[in-house]
Amino acid sequence: MNRLARFGFYLLCGLIAAFLVLPLLVIVPLSFNPEPYFSFTPAMLQLDPAGWSLRWYREIAESAQWRLALRNSLGIAAVVTPLATLLGTMAALGLRRLPTRPRKMLAVIIASPLVVPVILFATGIYFFLAPLGLTQSFAGIILAHTALAAPYVVVTVGSALTTFDERLLRAASILGSPPLSTFFKVTLPLIAPGIASGALFAFVTSFDEAVIALFLAGYDQRTIPLQMWSGVRDQLSPAVLAAATLMVLLVTIVMLGAMLIARSARSAGTRR
Amino acid sequence: MVIACPKVSSAALLCLMITYGPACAADALTIASFGGQYTASQKKSQYEPFTASTGVTIKSVDYNGGLAELTAQVRSGTVSWDVVDVELQDLDRGCADGLFEKIDPAQLPAGSDGVPAIKDFVTGSLHECGVGTVIWSNVLAFSDPAFPDAKPSRIEDFFDLERFPGRRGLPKRPHAILEWALMADGVAPSEVYGVLATPEGLDRAFAKLDTIKYHAVFWETGAQMIQLLADGEVALSAAYNGRVQSAISDDAKPLKIIWDRQIWNADYYAVVAGTQAKNTAFDFVRFATGTVPLAEQTKYIAYGPARRSSQPLIAPAIAATLPTAPANFNNALAFDAAWWTAHGDAINERYAAWLVQ
Amino acid sequence: MNAVSPSRAGWALVLPLVAFIVIAFLAPIATMLLRSVHDPEIADLMPRTRQTLARWDGIGVPQMATEAVTADLREASATNQIGRLAQRLNRERNGLRVLIDVTARHLEREPDTKLSRIDPGWSDPALWQILARVTSPWTGQHLLNALDLTVTPDGAMVRQEEARRLYVDLFLRTAWVAALVTLICALLGYPYAYAYAMAAAGPSLRALLLFLVLLPFWTSLLVRATAWIVLLQRRGVINEGLLAAGLIGETGRLDLIYNMTGTIIVMVHVLLPFFVLPLYSVMAGLPTSYVRASASLGAHPVRTFARVYLPLTYPGVAAGGLLVFILSLGYYVTPALVGGRTGQLISNQIAFHMQRSLNWGLAAALGTLLLLAVLLLALTLPRLAERGGLRA
Repeated sequence: MNRLARFGFYLLCGLIAAFLVLPLLVIVPLSFNPEPYFSFTPAMLQLDPAGWSLRWYREIAESAQWRLALRNSLGIAAVVTPLATLLGTMAALGLRRLPTRPRKMLAVIIASPLVVPVILFATGIYFFLAPLGLTQSFAGIILAHTALAAPYVVVTVGSALTTFDERLLRAASILGSPPLSTFFKVTLPLIAPGIASGALFAFVTSFDEAVIALFLAGYDQRTIPLQMWSGVRDQLSPAVLAAATLMVLLVTIVMLGAMLIARSARSAGTRR
Repeated sequence: MVIACPKVSSAALLCLMITYGPACAADALTIASFGGQYTASQKKSQYEPFTASTGVTIKSVDYNGGLAELTAQVRSGTVSWDVVDVELQDLDRGCADGLFEKIDPAQLPAGSDGVPAIKDFVTGSLHECGVGTVIWSNVLAFSDPAFPDAKPSRIEDFFDLERFPGRRGLPKRPHAILEWALMADGVAPSEVYGVLATPEGLDRAFAKLDTIKYHAVFWETGAQMIQLLADGEVALSAAYNGRVQSAISDDAKPLKIIWDRQIWNADYYAVVAGTQAKNTAFDFVRFATGTVPLAEQTKYIAYGPARRSSQPLIAPAIAATLPTAPANFNNALAFDAAWWTAHGDAINERYAAWLVQ
Repeated sequence: MNAVSPSRAGWALVLPLVAFIVIAFLAPIATMLLRSVHDPEIADLMPRTRQTLARWDGIGVPQMATEAVTADLREASATNQIGRLAQRLNRERNGLRVLIDVTARHLEREPDTKLSRIDPGWSDPALWQILARVTSPWTGQHLLNALDLTVTPDGAMVRQEEARRLYVDLFLRTAWVAALVTLICALLGYPYAYAYAMAAAGPSLRALLLFLVLLPFWTSLLVRATAWIVLLQRRGVINEGLLAAGLIGETGRLDLIYNMTGTIIVMVHVLLPFFVLPLYSVMAGLPTSYVRASASLGAHPVRTFARVYLPLTYPGVAAGGLLVFILSLGYYVTPALVGGRTGQLISNQIAFHMQRSLNWGLAAALGTLLLLAVLLLALTLPRLAERGGLRA
C-alpha cells in the first residue's frame, strides 16, 4: 500500500476516534461555566480565571436531590448487580450442560431483554406492576433492572466458558475431587474474569438506565440518569455538565485501571 | 407516599404502625410544579419558609402541566403527589374529575390588612378546588441582538418571517398559540374563541401555524424556552413573561418582552384527592397563599400575586414588570379556561399529531 | 462421572433465570400485547350498557339501552368516574365529553329525565353504534389506529382523516433512520475496526484505539446526549468555531441539533461501538495467511482486500449491522433529548401516549407493531444472511 493511502487511512481513523471521544471532552471546560447556560461566556473564552467557576460542582455536592439520586442509583445497582450476577452465572453454567435444542430455546428467552426495545419493556412493566401497586417503588425498578442486566452476565460468563478447557473438570474428577469443590477450586477461578466483567456490565446497566426509571420512579426513587434527564430536558443547568464530567472521569479511571490490570496479568503470563 | 416519622419515640412507633392513618402528621410533602425559575421562586418564598416554621420538608417535583401524570398515578393506585401547582383549565377539569380536594375559602387567612380572604383574592382566583397564587402571562419574547434593525412588537410579527427572519420558539402544547395564530390572521381578540370553536376556525389557526412550522423549534418546559432564547437557538419565541424577566434581570440576558395581546392565565395550588398528608397539605396551601409569601414570590419571578393585600408590599421596580402593570396590560386577553376545558382534548390530540407530521 | 446427570444439573442452574425472565420480562411484554386488543375501561365503567348493547341488533336507537346508560352514568357520577368516562369516550368521537358531562350533571339534578330530552345527541343512531363497539372489552380499534386506519359507525374500514394520519409515516421514518444509522456505522466502523485488527498497529496503539471505543461505550447515554447538545447547538462549539474561522456568517449558523440531523449524529455516536466490537472480534479471529497468500500470488492489495478480506469479515459486519439496526428501531432517549420536532421516532410516540395522552391502548398497539417488526428482523435476518453465504 502506498504511503499516501496509508496516511489517508490513518487520518480517517483519527477522525473517527475524535468523533468518538471529543464530544465527551468538550463538556469538561463548560462545566466550569459561571452562568446557568450551556454556552461559553466571553470571559471564559478569554481564559480569564475569574470567568471560570466551581459553582455547579458546589451545587451538585450540596444538592439534596443529587445526593438522593446518587444514593438511590448506588442502592439499586447494589441489589441488581449481585442478583443478576448470581442468576446469570448459574444460567451460563447450566446452559452448556443442556442438549442443543432446549439450550437454543432457553438462550432465546434469556437474550430477549437484550433485543426488545426498552420502551416496550417499560410500557409493559408499567401495565404489569400498576395493579400490584408497585409503580413508584424500588422493588419494581430492581426487578426490571435485574431482567435487563442478567442476560449480559450470561453472555460474558458464557464467552469465558467457551475458552474453558473441559478436560480440567475430568482431570479433577478422576483425581477424586467432589463436583462442588471442583467448581470452587477449578471452574470459578478460571471464569472469574468473565463473572467480574458480567458484574460490571450489570452494574452499569442498572446505574445508567433511564427509561425504566422514567416510567417507574417517583420522587423518592429518583436516580442519577433521571436527575440528568431532567437536567437536560426540564430544568437545564450546567450542574448536569459537572455531573457528566465526574462520570466521564470515573469511567476513565475504572477503564484505565482495568486495562492496566489486564496488561500486567498478560505480561505475568496468565491467560487473558 | 412516605410518611415516616423520623425520631423513634413511642408516638413515632405508633405512627409507623399506622403509617397510613390520619393520626400521624406528615413530615414531608411532595409538591409538583413547573420547574426552573418558577419552582425556584416558590422554594424561596413558600417552601423554605414553610419548612422553617413547621419542620415539614418539601419534596419538589417538576411536571409540565396537564393532568396526565396525576391521572396515571390515580389509575395505577400510587398517588405520590400531595399538592400540585395547576393552571386554571387543569384545575377545572381535575376538580370535575374528582382529582382534587375541595377547599373552603373561609379557612384561608385574612390579608395582612385584615381583609377576609374571600374579598382579598382577585376575582376568579378562588376556586372550589384550588387557591390562586399568581397571575402570569403568555407573551412573545425575542433575543435583542437577533433583530439589529427593526424590532418585532406585535403578534403579527411572530408570523412575519420576511420582515423578522429567524427561528421561532413554540411550546409543545397549543394553549395561547392557536389564539395568537387567529389574531395574527385578522380575527378580533373578542371573537377568537368563537372562531376557534368552529372546524373552519381551527383549520385556519393551524394553517397560520403551518407558515412558521418549519422555522420553529418546539420546547416542552419553560426552562427549555429560556435556554433556547438565551443560547440564540431561537430569535423570537412564545414565552412565559416571568422566566424571561428573570433571565433579563438576574442573568443580564439581552431579551425583550412583547406585551402586545398577552394572554394571561392563573396558577393555583390544589390538594390531591386522597393524599395521606391532607392536613399538612392544607396547612401548606394556607401558608403559601398568604399575603407575605405571595408578595415575596414576586422578587424571584415577575408574576402578579393573587391577593390584593400583597400589592403594596411589591417594590415599584418589580411591579412595573408584572403582566398586570397598566403599561403591559393594555390589550391583554384573558385565557378562556372554560373553553379549553371543553375543547382541549381534541385540540391537544390534533396539535400533538401536527407536531409529528 | 457425576452423581447428578449433567443435563439435570443444567436445568437446575438455568431455570431460576429463565423463570425470572418469564415473570419479570416476558409477562410484562405479554401484558402490553394484551392491552393492544383488550381495553375494558369503558366496559367496566358502563357494565349495564355493555350487557344491554351486546344483545342489540344495531339498528336505530335502542330504547332498551337508555335506562342502562342512565344507571351507568349515575353510578359513574357517584363514584367520581364521570370525568374519566367522558374523556375516554371523547377519544372515540369529539364532542362526547361535553355530552357526557352535561348528561351526568342533569341526571344528578333530575335522576329520571329521559336521555333524549337532556340532549338531542342521544337520538343519533351513530352514537349508539359507537357505544356498542366501545363497550366491548375486546377491540381491534387500537391496532387499526396504530396503522392510521379507523372504522366508521357503519363498520367500514377507512383511512384516518389527514390531520390524524401519522403512524405509518413514523414507522417508515424509524426504519429509514435505523437503516441510515446502520450504514453510517458500517462506513465509520469498518475502517476503525480494521485499523485496530491490523497487527501492524502495535500494542499501545491498539490499547489506545480500544480505549477510544470503550470510553463512549461505557459512558452514560445521557452524558453523551448532553455533550452533543453542547457541541451542536446554534451557539455550540462547532457553530462558534465555524463562525470564528469565517466559514459561516451570523445568519448562516447550522441547524445541527433538535432535528433529524441531531438524532442521527448522536445515534451513530452511541451505536458505533456496537458495530465495531463484534466486527473486531471477527477480524481478530481471521488467520492472516489467506491475505498473505493472495498477496504472494500477485494480487493487488485493493483486490486482495475486496475479494479475500472483506468477504471473510461479512459475519462481523452482519452481526454488528443487525445489532445496530435492531437497537436503532427502539431508540427513545436520544431522539427525545436531541430530536426536536422532526427527529422523533416511534418509541417517542409510545412514550407520549403512555405518559401524556394516556391513550394506553394505542401505546400498546404501537408497541405491539414495533415488537413484531423487531422480532421478525431478529429471527429472519440472520437466516437470510446464512442462506446468502454470509456465514463463513
